[in-house]
Amino acid sequence: MTLRADVPLIFERSTPGRRGYRLPELDVPETPLEELIPQEYLRTEPPALPEVSELEVVRHYTQLPRRNHGVDVGFYPLGSCTMKYNPRVHEDLVSLPGLSAIHPYQPEETVQGALELIYNLSEHLAAIAGLAKTSLQPAAGAHGELSGLMVIKAYHNHRGEGHRTEMLVPDSAHGTNPASCAMVGYKVVEVPSNERGGVDVEALKKLVGPNTAGLMLTNPNTLGLFDENICQIAQIVHEAGGLLYYDGANANAIMGVVRPGDTGFDVVHFNLHKTFSTPHGGGGPGAGPIVVSEKLAPFLPGPVVQKDGDQFRLVMPEHSVGRVRSFYGNFLVYAKAYAYILSHGPQGLREVSATAVLNANYVMNKLKDVFELPYERICMHEFVLSGSHLKKYGVRTLDLAKRLSDYGFHAPTVYFPLIVDEAIMIEPTETEAKSTLDEFIEVMRQIAEEAKENPEMLTSAPHNTPVKRVDEARAARHPVLRWKPEASGEQ
Amino acid sequence: MRYLPLTKDEQQEMLASLGLEKIEDLFQDIPAEAMFQGDLDVPGPLSEAELVRHFRELAGKNKDATQLVSFLGAGAYDHLIPSIIKHIVGRGEFLTAYTPYQPEITQGVLQSIFEYQTMICELTGMEASNASMYDGASALAEACLMACAATKRELVILPATLHPEWQAVVRTYLENQDVSIVFMPQHAETGTVDLDRLADLPWAEAACVVVQQPNFFGLLEDVAALKARIHEAKGLLVMAVDPISLSLLKSPGELGADIVVGDGQSLGQAMGYGGPAFGFFATTDKLIRRMPGRVVGETVDAEGKRAFVLTLQTREQHIRREKATSNICSNQALNALAATIYLSVLGKQGFRDVGYQCLQKASYMKQRLLEIPGLSSPFSAPTFREFAVRGQVDWVEINKRLLDHGFLGGLPLARFGHPDLVLFSVTEARTKQEIDDFVSTLRGLIQ
Amino acid sequence: MSEKLLYTKEHEWVLVKGNIVRIGISDYAQNELGDIVFVDLPSVGDWVEEGEGFCALESVKAVSDVYAPVSGKVVAVNEELEDSPELINESPLDKGWIVEIEVEGTPQVGDLMSEQEYAEYLKGV
Repeated sequence: MTLRADVPLIFERSTPGRRGYRLPELDVPETPLEELIPQEYLRTEPPALPEVSELEVVRHYTQLPRRNHGVDVGFYPLGSCTMKYNPRVHEDLVSLPGLSAIHPYQPEETVQGALELIYNLSEHLAAIAGLAKTSLQPAAGAHGELSGLMVIKAYHNHRGEGHRTEMLVPDSAHGTNPASCAMVGYKVVEVPSNERGGVDVEALKKLVGPNTAGLMLTNPNTLGLFDENICQIAQIVHEAGGLLYYDGANANAIMGVVRPGDTGFDVVHFNLHKTFSTPHGGGGPGAGPIVVSEKLAPFLPGPVVQKDGDQFRLVMPEHSVGRVRSFYGNFLVYAKAYAYILSHGPQGLREVSATAVLNANYVMNKLKDVFELPYERICMHEFVLSGSHLKKYGVRTLDLAKRLSDYGFHAPTVYFPLIVDEAIMIEPTETEAKSTLDEFIEVMRQIAEEAKENPEMLTSAPHNTPVKRVDEARAARHPVLRWKPEASGEQ
Repeated sequence: MRYLPLTKDEQQEMLASLGLEKIEDLFQDIPAEAMFQGDLDVPGPLSEAELVRHFRELAGKNKDATQLVSFLGAGAYDHLIPSIIKHIVGRGEFLTAYTPYQPEITQGVLQSIFEYQTMICELTGMEASNASMYDGASALAEACLMACAATKRELVILPATLHPEWQAVVRTYLENQDVSIVFMPQHAETGTVDLDRLADLPWAEAACVVVQQPNFFGLLEDVAALKARIHEAKGLLVMAVDPISLSLLKSPGELGADIVVGDGQSLGQAMGYGGPAFGFFATTDKLIRRMPGRVVGETVDAEGKRAFVLTLQTREQHIRREKATSNICSNQALNALAATIYLSVLGKQGFRDVGYQCLQKASYMKQRLLEIPGLSSPFSAPTFREFAVRGQVDWVEINKRLLDHGFLGGLPLARFGHPDLVLFSVTEARTKQEIDDFVSTLRGLIQ
Repeated sequence: MSEKLLYTKEHEWVLVKGNIVRIGISDYAQNELGDIVFVDLPSVGDWVEEGEGFCALESVKAVSDVYAPVSGKVVAVNEELEDSPELINESPLDKGWIVEIEVEGTPQVGDLMSEQEYAEYLKGV
């Protein structure tokens, strides 16, 4: 069997009447359906789900992942995403029925272990952030941003300063930052970057004012650079009456090295699926808890866990912004982050960050003579190259990204941040061996050479993947978002 | 450290290649006043064996559904979960992949999402589905915001019969964008939306009306009247549905819904103390460009072979930034995959069997419970998997005593303002024996 | 000459026919944007102000606004773009036209560039 063959859709494997999983026989006396539910409420056609055997399902969903890259498959230097190794023992831990088979509305006395876990993790994340209180409600980083901005807004409103509706966001920020601002009704004020890749402090001074709600900052920023002026930036924003929001997307660089709270941040979100190694799962689930200072704690989304003596209980913070989702967040996800913290301990977490930074600098240093390095500084856990010099060979960064697939590597993040032309953002993470980094360096240098000698090799890449380059324009022009029996094999 | 592969020698070699001596030199850009001195106040390090022991201890302090017979529902359900799901979602290529931004090496995830989208369309009768949301409640909040954007209106009509936590989530999202909420009252007798009191509602200003089916009390709502009202006023019909009920009930698409959301926990997901499961989100072709979240489309590769790819990305935050349809980025892809496997292995007939058994078992238990003197049915509308029972007893206290008998009783609705009501859920996982034992135990406790 | 083709600095082209102004994007612009996959057209009857972004062109991974070079009422939109946005790539100056705007009085297009001036302008971009 070759991987090149098109894998049929599970629907295309269907045979009428075939069955997989079977339920036990119905053992209660039956009442005719129409006596229980009025006929006009009932559907006449069942949903057209596949009719396949269990083995067919297993084979199908074993063939599909063979057409997929993952950290377990190979190097995944996707900048800003922190694709580190996901310890397998974590999967065992959250499969314990005492965690996986508990109901969110069980009486609190029957879930003291779960509440203790939530409480402990909240404390540990606060310690890492250098702040006071945590809410584990948000389900993802962007959800954390939304929740954190709601907290900031509620704080200003509570103080009668509801007119503060301008959020400062650097031009290098993740797209989620401005999008989250829009979701709380904030106006985005873009802050330019300076020549060293940090916030332009002089510009910031002019942009703050009586309507400033705060500043959202990723530090190290999306260029992988630590903003040296962070304390001054915090002072400027605080003096203007604004609050500082820390986008934790890049927190893998700073554990035990810098605590955001110490540098003036009032709200932090962590991406537990990045820094704390909960698996990304092909796009989720993640967890985006927020940690805030004492003065913002009453506004946190709830419920949160409180400890009374040796008992744990769920409470709503006094002026809570409310609920941002049902129940208590992605419990089985953040439980893995708790395990991660415990297995590393304080020195281990610092070592994680130090190694992530070392690996990034090592790779950057070995590539800067064949790619453009727009900001020549020591980087943190990731760095950004530019592929703009390849344009003269008719090669774009996208082509380089595709060519990397041929060598079994996932591409870096490309075309982000927006302030670097043809950006290539590389984040090796700390769990990669030096030999892997060396192989990657070798391949990147080889591809840079290919771009000059044989650009077509890049522009027609990838060549060794399950499918060749995918026509994205066609997908967007004529969206086909579901399978239909009559449309199979055609458009 | 267990997960850090660099040897001391390699570390020194790498530092030397950078012209540095020690690890601290890497942090020279960090100003002294920003540096953290000392050790973080966290415990550890623990070895794998110690970690497992600690988690076993924590888990051991909880009572779980393998030890107790559960009749709790209200948004999380103890359904049967086919064994193959955990084996497949545990595969490293699914588990440890990021969002499929490079389609040539992520066809596995992309195709599984395309299959998921198709299944959600089949269940809901809608034309398009996204790749998943955080959960049902936040999906409903996003649906309301989408309706506001599509109609350029700033008011939504919610049913009083909507799950109180979902109401709370919708309120949190909407009040931050200054969208008003008006409630449709509950009919005292049927327990569903009071259709006699619709006339006074501000239909002409409403972006949408929301219906939860079945509603929080497990009752089936009559959607037709609400659909007529809102469509006449050029607003949208948003339905929040229980996916298992769609095995038997008319699809929202057939009922004229414009946006359909729901929580997917019932579809092969662990209860996990409330998460992670996933939210689903489906709509019409007309509205797809306003839909939040990621979506996968079919296309071809350079050789003309079928391939899948993330599409319609210009709606999303990484391109449109503050003008995006939502800020959502990470979703609940692995949970959506679990649901896809669940629906595949159950299949057309098996999925119907789940719904049918839930209905029959819930109905049986309802009849048996209502034979107990002092208990009555508070509402007259038909029910599906859940139902409320009225009784002048302290349900919280009763539940404590049920625990001693190995039962997790229904949800006392006192916390939601109904002191004499309790909400039971009965899934296909319950047996007649368990139901009979529960009924006789409860009878004993009440008398 | 009753018709003249002019260009804006934002890379739109403008064809003036009496008090009707037809608008599209230049060949340079379509090349920069890449494959156009969706055109968010205004509605006939909409009023647009000079300098306003009145139409969004979507490529796979970018969205660009088309700015109105004049103020006036939209009297026609190229409905073929709804199903075939690729016409902008294939025939930017002809089949890929976007809208026609009716202005009150004579269109004020004095500061727009001629074809030669635009060619010069592109050299500096």
